[in-house]
Amino acid sequence: MKKSKKWMTIDVSLNIRQLIDTNTNEFVTVFSLFSTVGTIDSEEVENFQKLAAEWWNPCGPLKPLHSMNKLRIPLVRDGLINEGCIAIVHVRTSTPLKGMSVLDVGCGGGILSEPLARLGAVVTGLDATSNALDVARKHAKDNNLAINYMCSSVEEFSQNNIGKFDAVVASEVVEHVTEKASFIAACSKCLKPSGSIFITTLNDTFLAHFLGVWMAENMLSLVPRGTHQSEKFVKPHQLQRILEDNGLRTKLMHGMIYNFVTNNWSWSSNRSINYAMHAVKNADL
Amino acid sequence: MFKIPLTKAARLNSVVLKGPRLVLLRAIAQDATKHYDIIIAGGGMVGTTLACTLGKNQILSNKKLLLLEGSKIKQQSISDKYSNRVVSINLGTHKLLNDIGAWSFIAKNRFATVRRMQVWDALSDSSITFGSSEHTDTVSYIVENDLLLAAVSEEAKKCNNLSIMDGAKVKNYQLPIAQDDVVGITLENGECFTCDLLLGCDGVNSSVRKAMEADYLSWSYNQMGVVATVRFCEKFNNEIAWQRFLPNGPIALLPLTEELSSLVWSTTPDEAKRLLSLTNQDFVAELNTAISGTFSRSSLVLQATSAFDTFLRMFNCSVDQVRAYPPKVQDIDSGSRAAFPLGFGHSSQYIRQGVALVGDAAHRIHPLAGQGVNLGFGDVACLNKILGDAVYSASAISNMDYLKGYESERQKHNVPTMLAVEALHRLYNTKFTPIVLLRSLGLQTTHALEPIKRAIRNQAAV
Ligand SMILES: Cc1cc2nc3c(=O)[nH]c(=O)nc-3n(C[C@H](O)[C@H](O)[C@H](O)COP(=O)(O)OP(=O)(O)OC[C@H]3O[C@@H](n4cnc5c(N)ncnc54)[C@H](O)[C@@H]3O)c2cc1C
Repeated sequence: MKKSKKWMTIDVSLNIRQLIDTNTNEFVTVFSLFSTVGTIDSEEVENFQKLAAEWWNPCGPLKPLHSMNKLRIPLVRDGLINEGCIAIVHVRTSTPLKGMSVLDVGCGGGILSEPLARLGAVVTGLDATSNALDVARKHAKDNNLAINYMCSSVEEFSQNNIGKFDAVVASEVVEHVTEKASFIAACSKCLKPSGSIFITTLNDTFLAHFLGVWMAENMLSLVPRGTHQSEKFVKPHQLQRILEDNGLRTKLMHGMIYNFVTNNWSWSSNRSINYAMHAVKNADL
Repeated sequence: MFKIPLTKAARLNSVVLKGPRLVLLRAIAQDATKHYDIIIAGGGMVGTTLACTLGKNQILSNKKLLLLEGSKIKQQSISDKYSNRVVSINLGTHKLLNDIGAWSFIAKNRFATVRRMQVWDALSDSSITFGSSEHTDTVSYIVENDLLLAAVSEEAKKCNNLSIMDGAKVKNYQLPIAQDDVVGITLENGECFTCDLLLGCDGVNSSVRKAMEADYLSWSYNQMGVVATVRFCEKFNNEIAWQRFLPNGPIALLPLTEELSSLVWSTTPDEAKRLLSLTNQDFVAELNTAISGTFSRSSLVLQATSAFDTFLRMFNCSVDQVRAYPPKVQDIDSGSRAAFPLGFGHSSQYIRQGVALVGDAAHRIHPLAGQGVNLGFGDVACLNKILGDAVYSASAISNMDYLKGYESERQKHNVPTMLAVEALHRLYNTKFTPIVLLRSLGLQTTHALEPIKRAIRNQAAV
């Protein structure tokens, strides 16, 4: 596994971030749209920009994300139904999420935002990569979907959007975040009382490192090299603890297993590689 | 008509396509009156039931559906006379028809309940009975094809998002090549439609299947099914479906009323031709012999089966319960005699990008177990669930992941059922003594072993 580079943010001016590569002490300038310090590492922003063109190819490098919709859409939909957030008249119709406001944190090219919008949700998609958001905006327009895509970190966004959302979805992003606590705190801040947060991520285990990263990145070229930096992976109980610290009670935790051959995801009691969580914000917060 | 695949993107954006033909096609796909989410090709029992089931699925309520039937749908009035084409409806199909509201139409008119099914072998004494002798179980229901079709058509008319076109014979299908392509359909009258998902319910000689270039395994049984409506000498509690295995093929009597049953007599084509040319009187005489006449039995078989009976008795298994025989046939309804070719066929693929096969288009079996259309109705229930799941999870209606689920789930059920029926057919289509011996022993053990029988029945019920 290649040693990942460490970046240190030293100055923030409008739209331009200057970073020092701690290994070589060189100055690197990254053009990006965030204006304040977020928790997303700039090296990863670069990686994702390379990917932008590949976002909507269901057989392309991101095919596991496309096929994961088969699990994560029901996770969000049934989670909200079970919490009683959804009027009975909408259950078992084509728009079960009608009127639900959903924040998709780390929405990328909109692979998850679009299906949520198609189910009737009013979706806001956040991402730090403007390139991916361009892809997302165009694709949504082509498909007649009204989705509000914004280039921002959730920390920044949360400041003006306190208690606005029925649900926050952070799917396959926590493993890219350095400051997990402030990230979760910001997500929680955006939620209405009794709102739901849905997270899917990679476990911090040998198996996850080996299979989730090494296999995926090196062997099968499913996700481009450098997408994951395994020191940021988090164990379920650690994540649960952070959620609790932010007034979020865990309702459900499931393992997810990916079949590399059939490109199919399934639920499992085995959480050692990928897992999903649903937590609910205290009613009086 | 269609030559170059048309993409959804072309429908949504104004992508410039070259050539007058493509401009025309683009216009078709962009014309909301010509584009449908789902088009069902073939309005037989399976296609019409599928259209109605999808039309009533709440999750699919914003999908536009079109049913295309090649023939002119005649306004059916249910006559007093029973039709000679009937099907045996298993409990799974009954549930489906009930769920879509079509069963009440059938119940208001007529159907027969089968409480026992008795199968016996003409060359040995073996028999097998499904259902309790107290006549409390329901094994299946007998419904006329026309009545079933009228019932589902009536319900289909109530679906607002479903358009039905009859006299609409499809001339040619243009199937998608790339993921985003739509399906193009041209009718014989030149009219064109496009859709995201085409469901082929166009029967045994399916042209949808041919357009898919699916691998189709098929053979003729070199048998015809002679059908007729038969009248018994007396009225009785007609709740048993009888089936006797004769050297030329099985003969089955399915109950209609206290004195009428529907006949399906499988035999060689020459024999069928001869049976059709007989007078009613002669036909009835031959029929009575076929049902209850004795055939020359091999003494070896008789000996072995009685020894087997003793063996079973030792192990406390029930042997030879009450075996009923049908009463004598008195007459047949004039004009009710007809013959249909019988064959086996199975498509290795039920799906392709933008297409799925349903019912006889995908599989055809020997009618000996009365499973043919039930397999098709099982397909309908499964496809309805899977398309609902896809849309409820915000997937495209033609998403291959979901369609693959349909294919594997149905093949998992259909293939073993077809193999079992095929094995039964092959087992019984011979006079060769060791096989007769084997099959009579087989019949007796299945009779005695309740759990096995339950398993067979359950397989037949889904
Ligand atoms: C003698 C006999 C006895 C049987 N007994 C039983 C039984 O007891 N139980 C049982 O379950 N099954 C039985 N079957 C089988 C049963 O009849 C079939 O399984 C059933 O009819 C299949 O229905 P389907 O809708 O799939 O096909 P079909 O009934 O063949 O319908 C196909 C439809 O598609 C239309 N079509 C075809 N091509 C086109 C085109 N190009 N454009 C537009 N429309 C088109 C046709 O007009 C037709 O309406 C029996 C079959 C036979 C022959």
